[in-house]
Amino acid sequence: MRISLLSFALILASAFSAVLAMPTTSRAFEVEENRYFGPKDSDALKILSTTDTDLLAPLIGSFLALNPGVAIDYTSVSSAELMKAVMLEGAEFDLALSSAMDLQVKLANDGYTLAHYSDLIDLVPTWGTWRNHVFAFSQEPASIVISPAAFAGLELPRSRQELISLLRKHPDRFRGRIGTYDVRTSGLGYLFATQDARTSESYWRLMEIMGGLKIRLFCCSGDMIENVARGDIAVAYNVLGSYARARKDLASRITIVEPEDYTNMMLRTAVVLRTAKHPKLAGAFIDHLLRAAWDTPDVPEYPFHRYPISDEAQNAPFRPIQMGPGLLVFLDHLKRKRFLAEWHSTVQQN
Amino acid sequence: MNEPLQTSGSLRRRLMLQLVGSAAFLATLLFFVVLGFARDVAQQTHDSILLASATSIMDSVSVQADEITVDIPYAALSMLGNVSNDRVFYRVSTRDDVLTGYENLPTTSQSVRSGHSAFDTLTYKGDSIRMVTSLRRLSLNSAPADIIISVAQTREGQAAQLAQLSRSAMQLGLGFFLVATILAIWAAQSSIRPLKQLTEAVSRRGPKDLRPVQRPVPSEMIPLVSSLNRFIGRLRVSLTRSEDFIAEAAHRVRTPLATVRTQAEITLRRVDRAENRASLREMIRAIDESSRAAGQLLDHAMVTFRIDSLERKAIDLTELGRELVDRLQPIAELKDIDLHFFGSGNPKITGDAILIQNAVRNILDNAIKYSPNESAIQVSTRQNGNTARIQVEDEAGGFVGMDTDALTQRFTRGENAAGTIGSGLGLTIAREVVEAHGGVLIIETSKTGTGACVSLCFPLH
Repeated sequence: MRISLLSFALILASAFSAVLAMPTTSRAFEVEENRYFGPKDSDALKILSTTDTDLLAPLIGSFLALNPGVAIDYTSVSSAELMKAVMLEGAEFDLALSSAMDLQVKLANDGYTLAHYSDLIDLVPTWGTWRNHVFAFSQEPASIVISPAAFAGLELPRSRQELISLLRKHPDRFRGRIGTYDVRTSGLGYLFATQDARTSESYWRLMEIMGGLKIRLFCCSGDMIENVARGDIAVAYNVLGSYARARKDLASRITIVEPEDYTNMMLRTAVVLRTAKHPKLAGAFIDHLLRAAWDTPDVPEYPFHRYPISDEAQNAPFRPIQMGPGLLVFLDHLKRKRFLAEWHSTVQQN
Repeated sequence: MNEPLQTSGSLRRRLMLQLVGSAAFLATLLFFVVLGFARDVAQQTHDSILLASATSIMDSVSVQADEITVDIPYAALSMLGNVSNDRVFYRVSTRDDVLTGYENLPTTSQSVRSGHSAFDTLTYKGDSIRMVTSLRRLSLNSAPADIIISVAQTREGQAAQLAQLSRSAMQLGLGFFLVATILAIWAAQSSIRPLKQLTEAVSRRGPKDLRPVQRPVPSEMIPLVSSLNRFIGRLRVSLTRSEDFIAEAAHRVRTPLATVRTQAEITLRRVDRAENRASLREMIRAIDESSRAAGQLLDHAMVTFRIDSLERKAIDLTELGRELVDRLQPIAELKDIDLHFFGSGNPKITGDAILIQNAVRNILDNAIKYSPNESAIQVSTRQNGNTARIQVEDEAGGFVGMDTDALTQRFTRGENAAGTIGSGLGLTIAREVVEAHGGVLIIETSKTGTGACVSLCFPLH
């Protein structure tokens, strides 16, 4: 009943306000899932997120337990839809949680967010916040997921160099059995690819070789993990390590490699939106996330692996992607066009 | 005499206020100069980073296949992120089109030539921004085309930096002011110190000390001090002269008076007529009064002289009292007065025996003179704590209802003194002697209530 009313309203709204400013009820952006936590009658904290609802549900539960009477309206979307909702449609949400760091930084840079101040920010490493607007609450590595079965008789690669030499030595074994993100459709894939390209020349060599071996392109980490587990592909490059770790059911059929030369760490971030009706409550939820992510002791409901906080990021293989205006560079449409063109010509040979 | 002097402000305060005032002025000046300088430096630093960013973007502009392309280097924007957490905006455009970046970023009002840049402070999306605009002329399809690159950053970091700088400048100014104030107080104190020391030295002097000021004084005070010394000198000369004159006059008068008295007595024996005898007696009484006054004036002059250079020797007060009582016994007997001495202990004091003797004798003289016939006078000595006391108690009616302090003024006489020979100098002499020895003179009604009790209290040896 509720849903049909909503869709009716949606149709009406899109019919009437294609050009006009969007009314708050309209949902022109594509929603993957909407779930409501807590008492129905209260004014809920509206969260727009790219994180699967199931993954964050335990943390939401503990937040509600600590704040009785509070409700959370959780809407999960893709990162591109999140941007569309916030920047183009002015959708009224309190909080945006996203794995697309570059887009979150752009939101903060372009003035779509509010600052949040709390003592807990001191727990976060300096690279984990930007302007007191963007707050990281996870570190998730860009990993290489390998099918051990496909590598039978070979030593597992520990770095890009080793992967390159393996691919060179055994082209027939891996032809058509390598996967990575299609960076033209995946925001996260694009982020990983641009950071790789920025960090090391070996990225282009790797892409050159992978392109020559008829690389398969995927939309998302989940697909790649499942394909590796099934043995359809032998190696998936730049897979979100946290998702691979989360698939405990596939643990025996996949091996997760965090490259030793360097491993880009994607930071899942939270921002309070300028349209927030409950900025204080949104701040409290951010604090809850930060406490789970950075404070000791670990909380069981935190869904991500906790990597040690290393201030000597230069020496450690784990390199958190640096938040700041640098991330805006790859969002520049000319830059993106050039990068995609180069990437395409490298990967799609023939 | 002791009317408060009118003040025309304090030298020290005036000096201090002037010094502190100029310190405050200088500190404020310092604050603004430092702040202005720091602001310029901060602005220049920020501008040069913005320019570096714009230049690196400019360097990535090229013409490929008759199309202008821009490949913004990662460092172009990340370098701005390294300086502060400020928001960054940029725009790459030609004269007609925006190629990339923030389309609605304001444009500079300055005209920029190719290869040059302009800086502006503008407002964008409600925030103050600092923007650099660089221009370069390229050749596109063999026609010139201007590439305009603007890079802007919000100024929160700069504002925070300025706040920090102004805090530092404020602390610097405040510190300067504090140090200057302490120095000002010190300077004011030390320049006023010789004046204070001179004041202390002069006011510490005893009432009879009329020596000139000898201590070294700053050159600015020489005129004042030499005037003071000249004034003291004149005073001393004039005082000495008048004392000398009085002593000389008293001395000159006493001898002829004695002759006149002798002649009057001889004449008295010769004349028989009652009215002549009465006149002569009256004459003798007047002569006695005059010679006694002259004697006391001499005593006073002697006392004044001896006090100036006080001799300090051990004196047994009991012995001194007994000796005096013995000496005056015959005079007391003339009036049938029972004069007796009661000494308890041997209280020792230091001082000039002649002066103390003189003082006690004057008191005792007074007592004998004012006591009715067949009354009693008791002289006693006693030691009380650390004071030695010699007291004379009579039955002469006392000083009931009189200001005992006024009695010790020169030439003031008690109410019952009329008809008795006297000058009013006795108590004055006694008080000056006692005070010169650091003691006090106490005048009270005797225990019996019929007379006076005068005590001379001295500090013990």
